[in-house]
Amino acid sequence: MTQTEKKTITLQTPLTEQSVLSLEIGDAVSLNGFVFTARDEMHKFLFEGGRVPFDLRGGVLYHCGPIVKKVGGEWKAVSAGPTTSMREELYEAKIIEKLGVRAIIGKGGMGEKTKKAMQRFGCVYLHAVGGAAVLLAEKIARVEGVFGLKQFGATEAMWKLRVKNFPAIVSMDARGESTHEKILEESRRKF
Amino acid sequence: MVFDKRGFTSSIVKLYFITATSLPSDVERKIRSSMKTGEKNSIARKVLETIIENAELARKCSSPICQDTGTPIFFVEYDSRVASQKQIAQAIITATKTATKQIPLRANAVETITGKSTGTNIPIVYFEETGKNEVAVRLLLKGGGSENVGAGYKLPSIELNAGRDLKGVGKCVMDAVFRAQGKGCAPGVIGVCIGGTKDSAAVEAKKQLLRKLSDANKNKKLRKLENLLTRKLNSLGIGPMGLGGKTTVLGVKISELPRHPASFFVEIAYNCWCARRRTMVWKNGKPRFD
Repeated sequence: MTQTEKKTITLQTPLTEQSVLSLEIGDAVSLNGFVFTARDEMHKFLFEGGRVPFDLRGGVLYHCGPIVKKVGGEWKAVSAGPTTSMREELYEAKIIEKLGVRAIIGKGGMGEKTKKAMQRFGCVYLHAVGGAAVLLAEKIARVEGVFGLKQFGATEAMWKLRVKNFPAIVSMDARGESTHEKILEESRRKF
Repeated sequence: MVFDKRGFTSSIVKLYFITATSLPSDVERKIRSSMKTGEKNSIARKVLETIIENAELARKCSSPICQDTGTPIFFVEYDSRVASQKQIAQAIITATKTATKQIPLRANAVETITGKSTGTNIPIVYFEETGKNEVAVRLLLKGGGSENVGAGYKLPSIELNAGRDLKGVGKCVMDAVFRAQGKGCAPGVIGVCIGGTKDSAAVEAKKQLLRKLSDANKNKKLRKLENLLTRKLNSLGIGPMGLGGKTTVLGVKISELPRHPASFFVEIAYNCWCARRRTMVWKNGKPRFD
């Protein structure tokens, strides 16, 4: 199935419920503001009630374990694309509910449990191009902070990143629609 | 000739650098041609354009194409008159540490039980002795997302209604790619080994990922199956990153090993579109890169 791309929508964090509810699968978005990286260890930590020193209400989680290096005393993201989101399926619904996250950036989409939480609490899934890590790192204007660097290491820590015109495609919306489900069904029929 | 340990080690660091930061030219050509022929005015086309744009940028900035710089897997064909296994292994270990810091690569080796990072990468190395008076070092940087969608089957399979023949093999490959959807970073390269034992088949499937996309199988039956499966997989509609489209795989590469009469394994290794594979041939004390 060839999915046609729709309009490009500019988003600014913190995201409001209204801005999230208006998004539909297939919309291209350009994100500005802050995103917070979270991978496997950070998801487990948050799921188990761990606290982070950032306000994630209306915030954006980014499934990403970046390559960072220190340039002149400041952290810089060199390569920072999305990781497979499905590994966080067990944790994400609770995190959306408890922390008030309004968007998840990742790749490959998520499952039924997350989809329901997105619908219930007003959250969307934004698909970034896997492997397009240098291009996406260029959209990171600044590394603004980090939590858990010592405990979790650079890959699994939560990095607070200021992004400018970060590109993604809505592939799960807050109305319960999922591009991933549609493609799965389509490919099952063609199998 | 005395083995130049230092020169050999720095050539492996360079091999890491090339592999991590530049898309193999045949892969890039294939993605560009898919963009022209298959995908028009769609998300699929935009994804492929992004992939190419990123590859150009990575080369320009000398940065890793993908932040997941993978698990380094080495296939070494050596001649002990040039260097011993021990000398080569030591050079690879030293080069891995240097490359991780210098390029930099992501420190991807994690302690399994604690989940703690080791702060570096730990390579996997397979050796084969040849009499060619040279050392060929082939490196795969194998990403975790694509590794997770690799699969193993045993024929016959009641679940897939697949028998012990090439038709049955085809059903296994179709099933693996269907299950992967976009999670292995499609369009992928599919390495397959049929026969062998569980362990030998898994390694042989990985080794298929080293083949150039244009490399035609010497076995006529397997060559036909590779072409047929490439067409069939691309008609599933999964598309780049699983967002729909006509480009689901860049190629399928199949190899066979002799098997025990009781066993018929089908091992499948999935490589993401980056398909990071490069070779350094060390001959007469000098490196040549491909």
